[in-house]
Amino acid sequence: MHGRIRIAATLLVMAGLIAFPLTDSAFYVELLAKVLILAIFAMSLNVLVGFTGLVSFGHAAYFGIGAYAAALLSPKYDPANLWIVLPGSVLAAAIAAFIIGLFVLRSRGVYFIMVTLAFAQMVYFIFHDGAFAGGSDGVYLNFKPSAAMGAFVPFDLANPRHLCWFVAGLGVSTYVALARLVRSPFGRILAGIRSNEQRMRALGFATFRYKLAAFTVAGAIAGLAGFLYALLYGFVTPELLAWHQSGNVLLTVILGGVGSLAGSVGGALAFVAMAEVFSGWTRHWQLVMGGVIVVVVLFLPGGLAALPLRLRRGFGAGRD
Amino acid sequence: MLEAQGLCRSFGGLAANRDLSITLVRGEVHALLGPNGAGKSTLINLLSGDLTPDSGRIMFRGRNITALAQHRRAQLGIGRSYQRTNIFPAFTVLENCRLAAQSRRPRAWRVFADAQRDGATRTRAESALARAGLTGRAAMIAGTLSHGEQRQLEIAMVLAADAEVLLLDEPLAGMGADESVRMIVLLKQLRADHAILLVEHDMDAVFELADRVTVMVEGSVLESGPPEQIRASAAVRDAYLGEPMSAQPAALSAEASNGTIASFPR
Repeated sequence: MHGRIRIAATLLVMAGLIAFPLTDSAFYVELLAKVLILAIFAMSLNVLVGFTGLVSFGHAAYFGIGAYAAALLSPKYDPANLWIVLPGSVLAAAIAAFIIGLFVLRSRGVYFIMVTLAFAQMVYFIFHDGAFAGGSDGVYLNFKPSAAMGAFVPFDLANPRHLCWFVAGLGVSTYVALARLVRSPFGRILAGIRSNEQRMRALGFATFRYKLAAFTVAGAIAGLAGFLYALLYGFVTPELLAWHQSGNVLLTVILGGVGSLAGSVGGALAFVAMAEVFSGWTRHWQLVMGGVIVVVVLFLPGGLAALPLRLRRGFGAGRD
Repeated sequence: MLEAQGLCRSFGGLAANRDLSITLVRGEVHALLGPNGAGKSTLINLLSGDLTPDSGRIMFRGRNITALAQHRRAQLGIGRSYQRTNIFPAFTVLENCRLAAQSRRPRAWRVFADAQRDGATRTRAESALARAGLTGRAAMIAGTLSHGEQRQLEIAMVLAADAEVLLLDEPLAGMGADESVRMIVLLKQLRADHAILLVEHDMDAVFELADRVTVMVEGSVLESGPPEQIRASAAVRDAYLGEPMSAQPAALSAEASNGTIASFPR
């Protein structure tokens, strides 16, 4: 029964992702791509917050590095080769995460939150104050990378539909890969670290190494999201690395449900939708959104991911 | 098999262990006695690597492991249980053991394999559960087990991790009579192919199990020898049985040595 619902939901989502970009509205195609990019970004942070129990408040740094790498690795007057800039951007974010992880993972709890934030702000100011990447104005990505492999061109990223499908394909791949990772021996180790790190060490696990691996993977996937963002909008500014972004993605994860990949996707959808709707109502839309998030955290501690169970049990059951 | 010489460890101005030496041999249960705050848990923490000694030397099979990190010692085969139950309460009983067993796999880095399908690891976990008498509880959430069963689970985890040296910190604490009897039977079975250090307050259990007894007082060894010698010792009777539960500094050191401090960043 449960399995069938899952299969039906999977098919529905896949069909939606394939069919939706066929709509005539360029606005909605772009919006879907935006949701998917935030979903990838949120899933990457969930590897840390949800799977490993590491609350990073500087995750925008890797998103921004991925985005900047996309812009900086592309030539100014020609399209870059997608098969070079994509891995290049992901790698740049992964390397940054590995190096920063070496430092931040030595701290715990509130200190970890603050140190990740501090490093992200350092990265922000490097791009903001450095002349090499346009300073506070940022840089443009003038041409979408070309997907050509020799004479064969599988798709054209300059076509918004193709771009949206490309983002959707990577979003689904990220979901599937991370869903497998949770269940893998490596994923179980991360869960053990989240539950009781000291016990893991006593059992013979070099917990630092596994945390560093998780941090690097999360950074790499955030870099992928940043890369896709640069592709979608064609320009990159230091604001992408700012702490608001780190806060937004953390809110997305919490809104969706800590530890739930599907929740991160739902959280991304809800976050973008709310921003669109509320900003149509009022200039002070962030106030409304803040209120909604407070309500969710108070009355739905498991986030949107807990909603199905909650509906089945009925809201009257109260909090536990 | 495991030999410690001249171990010292202080917390602030308080010497929790002073010039301690102890030897664990395969096939023997070595019991550690002493009033609260004598430094028994500190000694276990030093041997397991939860704490590092200020001075002294720890040898395992002729190899100096004094400076070795805790997880490396665990990989060599030094396993421990904690005075306060220390498990993964949100996981199933089987998953607790499966993780312990997984620690022995040389490569835990496989990222896309399904952990539950690793047959060898699962088998090891299941046989450890069987030895500890928890087979019927495998699917339960560990945090919902009775206190005694959680203590059994701690032992099962050490077994699943394939430890040869077992450092057991009050495995019988808080157990009912039936559970104690079962645990004592289990420890007797384990003695044959393990070296066991047993910290325990239950005198009957200690004298039933121990091949060798070391009595500690205020961080130092008061007397060490076969059970008969300890039972007959006047010094032990005076120090241990004569002195009621400790004054202020001793209570402090119990706090410091009960393992919680080890989770602080170093």
